[in-house]
Amino acid sequence: MDLLRFITCGSVDDGKSTLIGRLLYDSDAVSLDVLAALEEQNRTSAAGTVDLALLTDGLRAEREQGITIDVAHKYFTTPRRKFIITDTPGHVQYTRNMVTGASNADLAIVLVDARQGVVEQTRRHTIVAALLGIRRFVLAVNKIDLVGYSEQVFRDIVADYAAVAAQLGLRQVVSIPLSALNGDNVVKPSANLPWYQGPNLLEHLETVTVATEATTDAARFQVQYVIRPQTAELPDYRGYAGRIQSGVYRPGDRVLVLPAGIETTLAAIEIDQQAVPAAVAPQGVVLRLADDVDVSRGDTIVPLAQAPVPTRELEATLCWMAEQPLRPGRKLLVQHHTAKTRAVVQAIVARTNIQTLEQQPAAEARLNDIVRVRLKTARPLAADTYQQNRTTGAFILLDEQTGATLAAGLIEQTAPAEPEVEL
Amino acid sequence: MPTLPRLDYLDRLEAEAVHILREVAGQFQRPALLFSGGKDSIALVRLAQKAFRPGKFPFPLVHIDTGHNFPEVLAFRDRLAAELGEQLIVRRVEDTIRQRGLREPGGKFPSRNALQTYTLLDTVEEFGFDACIGGARRDEEKARAKERIFSVRDEFGQWDPRRQRPELWNIYNGQIQPGENVRVFPISNWTELDVWNYIQRENIPLPSIYFAHERRCVVLPSGQLLAVTEHLTLDATDELTTRQVRFRTVGDATCTAAVESDASTLAAIIDDILQAKVSERGATRLDDRISETGMEDRKRNGYF
Ligand SMILES: Nc1nc2c(ncn2[C@@H]2O[C@H](COP(=O)(O)OP(=O)(O)O)[C@@H](O)[C@H]2O)c(=O)[nH]1
Repeated sequence: MDLLRFITCGSVDDGKSTLIGRLLYDSDAVSLDVLAALEEQNRTSAAGTVDLALLTDGLRAEREQGITIDVAHKYFTTPRRKFIITDTPGHVQYTRNMVTGASNADLAIVLVDARQGVVEQTRRHTIVAALLGIRRFVLAVNKIDLVGYSEQVFRDIVADYAAVAAQLGLRQVVSIPLSALNGDNVVKPSANLPWYQGPNLLEHLETVTVATEATTDAARFQVQYVIRPQTAELPDYRGYAGRIQSGVYRPGDRVLVLPAGIETTLAAIEIDQQAVPAAVAPQGVVLRLADDVDVSRGDTIVPLAQAPVPTRELEATLCWMAEQPLRPGRKLLVQHHTAKTRAVVQAIVARTNIQTLEQQPAAEARLNDIVRVRLKTARPLAADTYQQNRTTGAFILLDEQTGATLAAGLIEQTAPAEPEVEL
Repeated sequence: MPTLPRLDYLDRLEAEAVHILREVAGQFQRPALLFSGGKDSIALVRLAQKAFRPGKFPFPLVHIDTGHNFPEVLAFRDRLAAELGEQLIVRRVEDTIRQRGLREPGGKFPSRNALQTYTLLDTVEEFGFDACIGGARRDEEKARAKERIFSVRDEFGQWDPRRQRPELWNIYNGQIQPGENVRVFPISNWTELDVWNYIQRENIPLPSIYFAHERRCVVLPSGQLLAVTEHLTLDATDELTTRQVRFRTVGDATCTAAVESDASTLAAIIDDILQAKVSERGATRLDDRISETGMEDRKRNGYF
């Protein structure tokens, strides 16, 4: 059985919470006592039936304001697959949560209200999800009951969305008409939608190909922790513990330790203290090297033939997540997985209008802005572009004092070309 | 060329947890693993072996003992720590009550769960722990569904749902200021069933009370069964019974209900769970029902 991680996004009131509630409810993931508590809560608030959205709106502030303000995780399993749902907020001011959710997802369900069709938020969410590297989309046309289950309405919305998808180069979009409230086409086909021949939502989620890490990707591994038992039985044992970030590792590989650039051989790969003939992402392993070289946390070990060139200059897209704006000259910390180093923002190159995708000049980045910046780091990083590698092309920026996470970073270029000169 | 391993969902969950544990080891000076003796923390110990053997764990096991634990669980805890050869630190709620002059919870089913918070915070201070690893899962309760994997707490151990750090990709930010510490939840994305499946796959021993056994119980008005222990004050009107039961969690004996079951093997327990329509917390913990936002209030106050 495999695992699918997906996010749900849409504007407020499109029915996201109801849809997730419906998936959990109809796939029997909700237990009786949770239901009983829910019914009790419903009796004391508004009269009526069970409000499925209450299954996901967890925090009190949300209950009071009636909106989803943070990222929530839900789980359900069918005989075919385990699912991890990340529910992300609809409000514009919470783009950072949307980015957070999208960073860990293989698929996005973009919800629209059939009465409103594709709106500003739909476009915005799709752009953010695509930016974060999601390639599989479901356009869920919800509340189809409120437009008389009309095929024409559905077709028009699908056509509108196709334009958005085309602009972003998204080729794996599946559109499904449904009613989260009534359950049409969520986990069961609907008699109200005889004109729709495609899969219902759950059917699609159960059968869509999941992102198995491409074993053809360049092999990447960063050291998390050095294992040195220093016991009588193992006085000289040194193992480099970490997670394979992409690709395949095999004992005997000639490897390079970066950023130092030392060449050695992979003597063994161990998992649970057993030597293995090969290991793939995202397995946690211990690498043993043939030579006694100086390796510590944050170093990268890569097959010689696939090694990236360590760089101190990065051009990156940032999603700025702090209240305080970012201006050029700002010093901060870059956390590139297990590597951490100081950095300075040399320039803000442009701000992306996430409505039109246009690049506009910008002097600063404000909360929720998507900007392109140039960074210079104190230590070289063994990085890739986000296009090449969704793991080693990603980093976060931290505040030097508070440690707060300030931004999500996607590497666009590792050795930026010299700026063009005016002739 | 050897064929490449194909990873199923348990392999992926395991890899994620091992990665998180190693991040704790790599990022913190004085981490600790909060060990309750329950199946979730026993699974964590197995994951720590996968993460750090043949080395020693880079953290001690810390047990906050309410004094209301089942003796089988305490014996299991001591044996496990000895077999592992790892350090076990035990701090007792009883001592906190005495030192701080706190009031023992009264009532018929006195629960020391709320008082655990004080003992935990004192222990964090005593040893200067900067990260505490816990076995909480997001599927346990609604307030937990929004918990981060690295969750920063202020010096009072408090959790502010509005000020949580965004958690991007699988990059875990453990950068903190003096006085702050982090709670880390490596099995956040596991469900109860995932934990059981893992325990079965890895053949992990558990305390005997998880398996069906005969036990003297008091029948609560709700119909739930509570083990008869020295900590309960029973009246003449209480209905007592002896049933074939097992426990789904091993919290305080005073507030963890038993479920009727004759499941005496892991396979039978997993079968039971697949049939079960009552979720773990609801079936077995009495004290979350006190208020609808019980867990959220306790988290704000520094509970796990
Ligand atoms: N008629 C109808 N109403 C729906 C449907 N889905 C959701 N709603 C209603 O739309 C409102 C907003 O839904 P909610 O799930 O809270 O939206 P969210 O803000 O996107 O999470 C609620 O009153 C729902 O009952 C649907 O398919 N049909």
